[in-house]
Amino acid sequence: MHEYAVTKSLISIAVQEARKAGASKITDIKLVIGDLSTIVDESVQMYFDIISEGTIANGARLIFKRVPAELCCKACGHRFNKPRQGFTCPLCGHYGVPTGVGKEFYIESIEAE
Amino acid sequence: MEIKVMKNILDANNSLAEKNRSFFKDRKITAINVMASPGAGKTSIILKIIEALGNDIGISVIEGDIASSIDADKIDGLGIPVVQINTGGGCHLDANMIKAAVDDLRPGHDSIIFIENVGNLVCPSSFDLGEGMRMVIASVPEGHDKPYKYISMFEGADVVILNKTDLIPYIDFDSESFYKGLRSLNEKAPLFEVSCRTGEGVEELAKWLKNAASGKNI
Repeated sequence: MHEYAVTKSLISIAVQEARKAGASKITDIKLVIGDLSTIVDESVQMYFDIISEGTIANGARLIFKRVPAELCCKACGHRFNKPRQGFTCPLCGHYGVPTGVGKEFYIESIEAE
Repeated sequence: MEIKVMKNILDANNSLAEKNRSFFKDRKITAINVMASPGAGKTSIILKIIEALGNDIGISVIEGDIASSIDADKIDGLGIPVVQINTGGGCHLDANMIKAAVDDLRPGHDSIIFIENVGNLVCPSSFDLGEGMRMVIASVPEGHDKPYKYISMFEGADVVILNKTDLIPYIDFDSESFYKGLRSLNEKAPLFEVSCRTGEGVEELAKWLKNAASGKNI
C-alpha cells in the first residue's frame, strides 16, 4: 500500500550503490521481499517504471524473490510456512508464532554496467 | 558487473527513527504510536486518556491524517499542545514527519506524546517512528478476524485495546476467536477492553499507561 514511498527509496539506494561502483547504467535489481512485509510486487513495478525515469535505473529489470512467512509451533517446535488462513501447525494442530522469516525487505544485489 | 547490496530498503527511515528514539529516551518521554483502522476510536481513546491523566502528567499529541484538522481541533479544545500532520494522500506517518512535528511541539521531560497514525492496519506497521510503545486499537464492529489478517500490526503491538465493547451484544463478535488470533501473534501485550462511549475500562487503561510512562510495567 505504501509502495510509492519504498520504491523511491529503493531507487535511491540502487543508484547510490551503482555510482559508488563507478557504473553508469543499472540493468537488474534483485529484491528480497517477505510475504509479511505488506509489499505488492506489481505495485512496486508500476511506481518503478514512473519514478526511475531520468535516472540510471531507468529500464532496469526488477527481480522479485518472495520469502514465505515461516511460523514456529508453540507446542511441538515444528517450523512451517504459514497456511493461507490462520496459524495452525500441520503436525499437531497447535498454533505457530512468527519467526522473523517472511519480513524481509531488502536489495540483495544489482547488475550494472 | 554484479554489486552486492544487502541493504534494507527502509534504512533511511529506520536511522531517522533511531534518532527520534534517542531524543525521547534522553528526555524520558513516552512516545506512543497509536495505530488502528479508520473509525476504530484512536482520537476517542486519546481524549479519554487525556481526561483521566491530563492533570497528572504532561501530554502532547501529534495527529496524522491524510487531510483535515478535525482531530487536532478536538485535542486543542482540551488545551493540550497538538500538531496536525497532513500526509496529503500518504498512507502512514514516517520518522521524518515526526522529527519535524516534535521540533514544533517541544514536549517536556517525563511527558507522554501520543502520535496518532493514519487510520490503516497495514502500512503504519512497517514504518518505525522512534516510538517507545505501539498501541494498537481494534474495535468490535470491525470483526474478530483482524489479527488473522493484519499480522504485522498485531504482532508488533506493545498494548492492544479492544474498543466499543458496549456493542458486543448487538454484533456477531467472536471474542474467543479474536483472543486466539491475537495471542498466536503476540503473547505479551496487555489487552484492555474499553468502551469510550460508556467509559468502561478507561480508568484501568489510564492507570496502566501512567505506570508504564513512569517505567513501572514495561
